[in-house]
Amino acid sequence: MNATIVVSIAMSIVAAATPLLLAALGELVAEKSGTLNLGVEGMMLLGAVSAAIVALTTGDLWLAAGAAALAGALGAGLFAVLTLSLTANQVATGLALTIFGQGVSSLVGKDFVGREVHRLPEVFPAALAEHPLARVLFGYDAFVYFSVAAALAVAWFLSRTRAGLVLRAVGEGDSSAHALGYRVIAVRYGASLFGGAMAGLAGAYFSLSLTPTWAVGLTAGRGWIALALVTFSGWRPGRLLFGAYLFGAMMIFELQAKAFGLTLVPPEALAMAPYLATIAALTIISAGRAGANLRAPACLGKPFRATA
Amino acid sequence: MGMKMDRRGFIGAAGAAAATAAIGGPARAAAPLKVGFVYTGPIGDGGYTFQHNLGRLALDKALGTAVKTSFVENVAEGPDAERVIRQLAQAGNELIFTTSFGFMDQTIKVAKAFPKVHFEHATGYKRAPNVATYNARFYQGRQVQGQIAAMLSKSGKAGYIASFPIPEVVMGINAFTVAARKVNPKFVTKVIWVNTWYDPAKEADAAKALMDQGCDVMCQHTDSVAPLQAAQTRGIVGFGQSSDMSKAAPKACLTSTVDSWGPYYIRRAKEQIAGAWKSADTWGGMAAGMVTLGAYGPGMTADAKAAADKIVAEIKAHKLPAMVGPIKDRTGVVKIAAGAKAEDKDLLGMNWYVEGVEG
Repeated sequence: MNATIVVSIAMSIVAAATPLLLAALGELVAEKSGTLNLGVEGMMLLGAVSAAIVALTTGDLWLAAGAAALAGALGAGLFAVLTLSLTANQVATGLALTIFGQGVSSLVGKDFVGREVHRLPEVFPAALAEHPLARVLFGYDAFVYFSVAAALAVAWFLSRTRAGLVLRAVGEGDSSAHALGYRVIAVRYGASLFGGAMAGLAGAYFSLSLTPTWAVGLTAGRGWIALALVTFSGWRPGRLLFGAYLFGAMMIFELQAKAFGLTLVPPEALAMAPYLATIAALTIISAGRAGANLRAPACLGKPFRATA
Repeated sequence: MGMKMDRRGFIGAAGAAAATAAIGGPARAAAPLKVGFVYTGPIGDGGYTFQHNLGRLALDKALGTAVKTSFVENVAEGPDAERVIRQLAQAGNELIFTTSFGFMDQTIKVAKAFPKVHFEHATGYKRAPNVATYNARFYQGRQVQGQIAAMLSKSGKAGYIASFPIPEVVMGINAFTVAARKVNPKFVTKVIWVNTWYDPAKEADAAKALMDQGCDVMCQHTDSVAPLQAAQTRGIVGFGQSSDMSKAAPKACLTSTVDSWGPYYIRRAKEQIAGAWKSADTWGGMAAGMVTLGAYGPGMTADAKAAADKIVAEIKAHKLPAMVGPIKDRTGVVKIAAGAKAEDKDLLGMNWYVEGVEG
């Protein structure tokens, strides 16, 4: 195994982790405010198809990314109206949003299937990324750097800002937050829309970079892995960043092991590893003291009705 | 004439049509032949279902007002399929194509209840007096691909992204490798099983892993264009699957193996109209026009084009069997004796790999 292969594997892992990280960060913020949106996969597909359509018709990749964020946010907006304003069941609405996203994206994307989208360019000049080791750091498009920056920003926002504290308060004790004068529903709307925009961007990463085209069901279930990742992280952005790369690594190692002809660990075991890791994390969290600070937000998934 | 229906709108229409059929009886002098299609995927999948739908459109175009076709897409394999097939039969379709292997038992079951309706099941093996089966010899496309791959590869290694180890896929891998080894006896086919027909990101990652291992031609038996696009990003070449994928990766796509169902659908509809339809098992290939090659891409050298054209001509003239012995499996056991050729039943039950296949 030479350095080029190691670098190439590392870069594949980063590429696989980026959409998971983007989508999971958005969902983490939404869940921290107390809303459980299972529609991540649907919002990702809305983002992916919007990005592909805008990129193919205008050729402007940044406009495409913007459209993806907007489409994801619109999906989340629909979810928010139904669950926050009309207090519909969040689990059912989220699942419906996934099915809705699958259907709408395949309908509007009909005339764009299989056409080549121009791939997002790398941020840094090629000369800087020439050496293999430099390439691991400087060889990516803007989404990769944005996703890491976003993880740090979300961590800072949640733990160091007043607005972040309010958002967590709303997620942990909605009635108390309401009694203190905070606008619970407004905060949750904001968090949901942010989650939708991030899921849309995660979808755009598929149609603009990973698999630069549109095809029905392009994200093939990554939204569910992102949801598992939020739980795995114990609702902490730092752990989420680590988890995204860990999950990405497990997905890539499954295939690399097959290409190498390694049979020490069955590749099927690696394929299910992200889910096993999530179950393990959940078990540890619910086991008691050790996981006390990794628990789900207390109001997660519960509807809120202002009483006074 | 074409007509799209979703499953919901269909139920009402089916009831009305069933009532008319009961009164009208079989007298159909000038009325168009109603032909129904059941698809497993969306017609926008850009691959397998897309190609079946092109076949339906070709039927519309060829027979014009003599036929009236309709389809139901995205039908889950299982009990739901039985309901959809039954509705199509009740709606007065006299010829019904069920286009996926997973519709086999449902097709047979509904066919028993509608003895006068003729059914056609793709890629299956169960037949009845009113149920025919049809499939295409996709391995013939692999024979061309193997030849081209061995001519163009510098490393002598092709990457092959495979879905599930069923005979259909295994015979493709073997036909490809046997053809490649005729050109380069040391040629190696590295296979990654992704255990899915469709997961673009996973297919792309598998392609990257194979390229990391030195494979410089990419082959796939999965449905998305992602492996070809991954190949294009790294400046190597590959083959499109099911439909012409040159639009998605114009530089990388050497050519594609294209499923072409139109000729078969047209022939069978004509036989039905003439009253000459009979249950049969059709396994047509390039000679029947059911397997064709997509456009040649810029990566094809003049030599490669000439070689590909020659193989296609030989296959069409039935002069080039999929495999001629001696063929050994990976453990060195002779599976096809010297001079013997692989029979259809050998191909359809193939569960071993020829020498040169890794993974």
